[in-house]
Amino acid sequence: MKIITSKKVLTISIFLSLLLILVILVSITMGSVKVPPLRSIRILFQSILGLKGAGSETERTIILSLRLPRAILAGFVGAGLSVAGATFQALLRNPLADPYILGVSSGAAVGAIIAILLGLSTFSLGLPLASFLGALLTIMVVFYFGRQDGKIHPNTLLLAGVIIGSFLSALIMFFISVSQKEELHTIIFWLMGDFSFSNARAILIIFPYVLLGILFLYLRSRHLNLILSGEENAVQLGVDVERLKLVSYLSASLVTAASVSVCGLIGFVGLIIPHSVRLIFGPDHRLLIPASALVGASFLIASDTFARTILAPSELPVGVITAAFGGPFFIYLLRTRKVIKTL
Amino acid sequence: MIDVNSISFRYHEDWVLQDVSFRVEKGEFLGVIGPNGSGKTTLLKILYHLLSPQRGEILLELVPMKKMSRSDIGKRIAVVAQETHLLFPFSVLEMVLMGRSPYLGHLMFESEKDLEIAKKAMEWTKILPFSERPIDELSGGERKRVFIARALAQEPEVILLDEPTANLDIHHQIDFLDLILNLNRERGLTIIMASHDMNIASEFCDRLILLQGGRIYKMGTPEEVITKENIERVYGCEVWVDQNPISGMPRISLLKKVSD
Repeated sequence: MKIITSKKVLTISIFLSLLLILVILVSITMGSVKVPPLRSIRILFQSILGLKGAGSETERTIILSLRLPRAILAGFVGAGLSVAGATFQALLRNPLADPYILGVSSGAAVGAIIAILLGLSTFSLGLPLASFLGALLTIMVVFYFGRQDGKIHPNTLLLAGVIIGSFLSALIMFFISVSQKEELHTIIFWLMGDFSFSNARAILIIFPYVLLGILFLYLRSRHLNLILSGEENAVQLGVDVERLKLVSYLSASLVTAASVSVCGLIGFVGLIIPHSVRLIFGPDHRLLIPASALVGASFLIASDTFARTILAPSELPVGVITAAFGGPFFIYLLRTRKVIKTL
Repeated sequence: MIDVNSISFRYHEDWVLQDVSFRVEKGEFLGVIGPNGSGKTTLLKILYHLLSPQRGEILLELVPMKKMSRSDIGKRIAVVAQETHLLFPFSVLEMVLMGRSPYLGHLMFESEKDLEIAKKAMEWTKILPFSERPIDELSGGERKRVFIARALAQEPEVILLDEPTANLDIHHQIDFLDLILNLNRERGLTIIMASHDMNIASEFCDRLILLQGGRIYKMGTPEEVITKENIERVYGCEVWVDQNPISGMPRISLLKKVSD
């Protein structure tokens, strides 16, 4: 009988982790500066073992201080956005939900744009901290308006999120219309999602939120299954639904806030990765959450590698790649796998 | 088994249930009937503590329900509600296994024992042959049996049914109700069923509660509750009540208002 067991989840997770490692290895061998693939990998492994030897100083810097941190960062963002998307789809019981649907991204964008306009983006973590702050404020405001009688109502939350998001978009338009040419380029790249202004220290901001957030959501994954067929249904099966909604809203929102604050608004990942994983592995969150995290990480690292190599030495915003590759791939899955009835 | 002590409930301003008291005995098959908006569904929701009444209290084996944890209630009371819409379809087996949720606590995965219990429930409801099928590919009657199997997997003492025969043809209505009656007679499960179909309630229930505007209008055996006078008073339309010639239970015939 086909059911989800810990063994099945573990096996698939190990397989997907190996895939992720492979993607990271390929990613660090590619870039505008040619470092031979084998030497790149040798540099990586020797540094893990604490040895020094292979490659020149420049090559080591490129691999260890530029490409590897960037791949790790993209991995955290991809994992975070995918898990947040899966959670919002269940919480709001809406297949079109993505991590940005409740306005967190717009709040982060306003924070980021203000930082850019005030020149704070020249400080090393000025930009991500400002956008994280913007996202946090939005989470609190949406939460405040999305509740009635102390309870989260998914539809009210959705409306509050969408409306506050639109209001913030108006602010974004306003800031864009008054900004100077040089700032405009930075703003637009940030809005499209781009890792080129992030640095290794951004990993420190993002990883506690993403790791803890995913862990929290994973611990609730069995209950997220039950809420898919409605809150009353989950209550009948003994779930404390209000607590579940509160924890999943806050966890998914914080994961989203941390993710967008380091790289801007990378679209599509949070929508299509959970759906793709569902089409392949089924809707059970006990598998969906870890699988989405690992597939999302691999997908975003691969996309970012394309973004920085395809027109090298200049870089594309990674959001362009995620939409350009993710969209057609998802359509392909939809056509070949059984169709999600509600879409 | 269950004591409902003068409960009143309102969503907003107006009371939906007012001063409702009754007792449900262990192993009883109780029917709740009444017109639209008389409070049937609300009463069921209060019985599994989805809603808690502003006044009065409900005791489950003498323990106030509001002092019980969600999962404790889930171990003792199972609900088969009206059609639920599933966002992403699970398989039949996965749905039935969800009935084990109240027993799992912080565990993430079901054990072999849980799987055994789910299989037995599926055998009982005759859905084992299509255990791997996604639930949205089943017919209405099959889907109802999946939810009964899920309720059985909860190993409850009480099953609450909300309009269980709505959307089922007569063949599936009888199949479904026979299944429920079997659970009631053979396993001693207490059944509380809210229904619009008074003929079905009359045939299957030991006792009926007739609600009108959130109050109990009449409570008793089907013969005591389903009388021409009671039904016409509560529903405000003319009916004819006689006896089902086979079972001898009260039977309602509807009368049209325009005469030929």
